[in-house]
Amino acid sequence: MVDARQDGCALVTGASKGIGAAIARAIAGDGWGVGVNYRSDQPGADAVVAQIEADGGRAVALVGDVADPAVPDRLFAALESHFGCPVLVLVNNAGISADDLTPTLSDEAWNAVIDTDLSAAFRLTRRALKPMMRARSGRIVNISSVVGLRANPGQSNYAAAKAGLIALTKNSAVEVARRGITINAVAPGWIKTDMTAGVNTDLLAQVPARRAGTPEEVAACVRFLTSDAASYVTGAVLSVDGGLAA
Amino acid sequence: MSVTTEQVESRVVETLASFGPDASQITRTATFEELDIDSLDLVELAQVVEDEYGVVLKGEDMKELKTVGDAVDLIVARAE
Repeated sequence: MVDARQDGCALVTGASKGIGAAIARAIAGDGWGVGVNYRSDQPGADAVVAQIEADGGRAVALVGDVADPAVPDRLFAALESHFGCPVLVLVNNAGISADDLTPTLSDEAWNAVIDTDLSAAFRLTRRALKPMMRARSGRIVNISSVVGLRANPGQSNYAAAKAGLIALTKNSAVEVARRGITINAVAPGWIKTDMTAGVNTDLLAQVPARRAGTPEEVAACVRFLTSDAASYVTGAVLSVDGGLAA
Repeated sequence: MSVTTEQVESRVVETLASFGPDASQITRTATFEELDIDSLDLVELAQVVEDEYGVVLKGEDMKELKTVGDAVDLIVARAE
């Protein structure tokens, strides 16, 4: 465990399980105090915090549904107050899916996925950027998906949100690059989590690597992008998918 | 909160200088264009102004500002 960072802290949304939890643990390992955001799975979030602390790190569980426009300010205020420093790392990981074929996809399913997976990331990014600009330093990583790069029937809403997230990544990245802030996207493929538990394993045959990935393999990429070593990487999309999008 | 024009001008010049231009060139009549101050710099100036004087400058406000003097005068007017 490296020394605790005092200059800033980190927020990972949707971190009570799966990829988000792995990201929170990985970033905490680099000395960041981490806000572990969750919507409803408090036991999960508490377990992530406990594990980080057992490993010598610092973390706090923060409840909030990122789709609610009032939540970004609340999360940032709570985190800034808890660790006494600005949020200099933001990982927009919270995401939902509500699959259906386009001819029968409802407005509710469309709006819910766009709100949580894209609009929330925009609002959190907007809130994060001003303190990062003042600090001349910041890292934002948006968790997109292979589905934002390649078609997957039944996921028009999810695909649109994840592709939109890539465009948001690139645009916001070039706006603020000269302030020492990097904004990148990670596009996971099939990763072993609750979200993909019901996925037809035939699909795995299409993955060149012939296996699903693990949350830790995605988290390792996020950890790199939030590190000092990645300071010249911005506006990029890093696929973590065993070759699926290639 | 009452602020003097001198206080605001001094803070604005200091903030703009941190974006690159030489402080000696930041006069009331200098335009942002001449100083190579772009919209991102003005967003940051607006944030400093909001934090220190409680004055909120929106996007539409920033578009109207052409010179350093314009910015100082607007901030002083809104702070009263």
